[in-house]
Amino acid sequence: MAVRVTAPAASAERRPPRPAYRGHLIPKVQRNLGAWGFLIGAVLCFSFFSWYPIVREVIMSFQKPVYGGGYAFAGWTNYVRIFRDPTFWQAWRNTLEFTLLALVVGYAVPFFVAILLNELRHARGYLRILVYLPVMLPPASALLLFVYFYNPQYGLFDDLLRILHLPVSQWVFQPGTGFISTAMISVVVASTWMNMGGATLIYLAALQNIPGELYEAAELEGAGIIRRIRHVTIPQTRLILLMLLMLQVVSTMQMFVESFVLTNGGGGVGNNTLSVVMLIYQYAFAMSGASNYNSASALGVVLMLVLAVFSGGFLWATRERR
Amino acid sequence: MAASVASTRTLISSVQLNRRRGRITYRVVLTLTIVVFTLVFIGPMYFLFTDGLKSTAESIATPPTLYPHHIYPGGYLQAFDRLDMARLMWNTVYYAFGALAFQLVFDVTAAYSLSALRPALGGVIFFLMLATLMIPATVLVVPQYVTVANLPIVHLDLIGTPEAIWLPSVANAFNIFLLKRFFDSIPRDYLDAAKVDGASGLLILWRIVLPISRPIIAVVSIFGLVAVWKDFLWPLLVEYGYSPTRETLNVGIWQAYVGTPQNLIIAASAMAAIPTIVFFLIFQRNIMAGLTAGGIRG
Repeated sequence: MAVRVTAPAASAERRPPRPAYRGHLIPKVQRNLGAWGFLIGAVLCFSFFSWYPIVREVIMSFQKPVYGGGYAFAGWTNYVRIFRDPTFWQAWRNTLEFTLLALVVGYAVPFFVAILLNELRHARGYLRILVYLPVMLPPASALLLFVYFYNPQYGLFDDLLRILHLPVSQWVFQPGTGFISTAMISVVVASTWMNMGGATLIYLAALQNIPGELYEAAELEGAGIIRRIRHVTIPQTRLILLMLLMLQVVSTMQMFVESFVLTNGGGGVGNNTLSVVMLIYQYAFAMSGASNYNSASALGVVLMLVLAVFSGGFLWATRERR
Repeated sequence: MAASVASTRTLISSVQLNRRRGRITYRVVLTLTIVVFTLVFIGPMYFLFTDGLKSTAESIATPPTLYPHHIYPGGYLQAFDRLDMARLMWNTVYYAFGALAFQLVFDVTAAYSLSALRPALGGVIFFLMLATLMIPATVLVVPQYVTVANLPIVHLDLIGTPEAIWLPSVANAFNIFLLKRFFDSIPRDYLDAAKVDGASGLLILWRIVLPISRPIIAVVSIFGLVAVWKDFLWPLLVEYGYSPTRETLNVGIWQAYVGTPQNLIIAASAMAAIPTIVFFLIFQRNIMAGLTAGGIRG
């Protein structure tokens, strides 16, 4: 026992006098200094703007501001306060609603669009550019255009409904907090239009890597188009499909700009399109009176945990089974 | 690549397509696809560019007109003046290229150090950098904002300065990952040969590594520029509400929305979109290649 405890210390003591080692020490230090010189800029930026804020978010969520400046330990008060806030639960419900709707529309549509584009022998370049063009627009440009389309008085979409003799809608400002509300669908439509290009092009690249022989073999065995998609296309692109599924859920759970611009920062009628990140923003920067960074941090920690549990669980559930 | 891919077998065989029925179906599907896609994706763009040419009265007329009945180019000029578009545009370009410069200098050197120089603790640093990819960016805005408002140790307030956008953009684990992976693939013999000739680390990076790495630098640069150009929440927090304006185009147009006539807002949105569209049409090959080769980006 005693020997084992002293062993590392003894070897550490022995190390410096070793003659061969001393000769290498100075060049080694020099080499390391040089290497760290190259590394230091990025390391400082990561420390200040990434690593430290991660730690600080957790610390801040357990603190409260003290009159006259500074912070004091607050225990779980911030968490209790946000859990008691009805808006908190509504924001979570809205965010889940957005995520689900965006999955139905924004996840499946690009996949089938990619399958379609992959079958076409003409106009491929043109169609690819079309799909990706909205992704490049500044989000405010694209969303303000949708604000105009959605306008209940002079917007294009209500005009289309009128031409079709359908009842007009208030779109994003349609009241109602049902689970699948018109307001949220309007947000999802704008969001999908803006964002689907990226996923489509990634699928397209994945589809082009499927060996043609597989389709050949499936066809020889009499598989129709649907079965070829099911038994060849989907299994062959499984990894990309799962990867994008996870990334999409993680990114839609962080929805902010879509609802923020479409509702002009308000979160819709009765907060029916208010997302969790919008609520973080409201807690921290937009609440009347003193803005409270601490409740906002607590909400941030909750969102971080939810996303971490989701990603971890997803990766675990879809791991390669041997 | 696209040409060879088009000739290989996909879901539907070319034999099937070349049959009479197949040919007709293909033509119909192709035409439908082109028409629907053009309507869905170019349609809104059409209104983005033409609605700015309407007068204010026409832009809020019910029912909306499908094309400007009286072309009023004054809308664009008025929007340009009223929203101070020149300044917004300059701010955005300044932030975007500044961020790019910082990213290229710091991320390239860091990736080079991690890949070729391998300092002590380099592995730990690389792991910690990659770990930040697991933390969703938007949940950190509050502590990031508080940190930028009062930088620890040096006690600088960066709010309202371009550095508030430039420096955090360097902390991009994805850049480091892409660059390091590319540098790792460069044969060590090149670097060792240069070292034997007595070249310093900086010289090796400049004369050997960078010229080979042009493709990956292009990917990182393009996505770096686009990220700053498209970002909304962060510039809203750190550059909002100064006079003369320090906002980006994105935030500037949004904040002008209340109290500015509809036609001017659309004209401004169109003007903000033009540079990105031109940029995309010029670099579309790199962008699309980067999207798939560089991996997946948010």
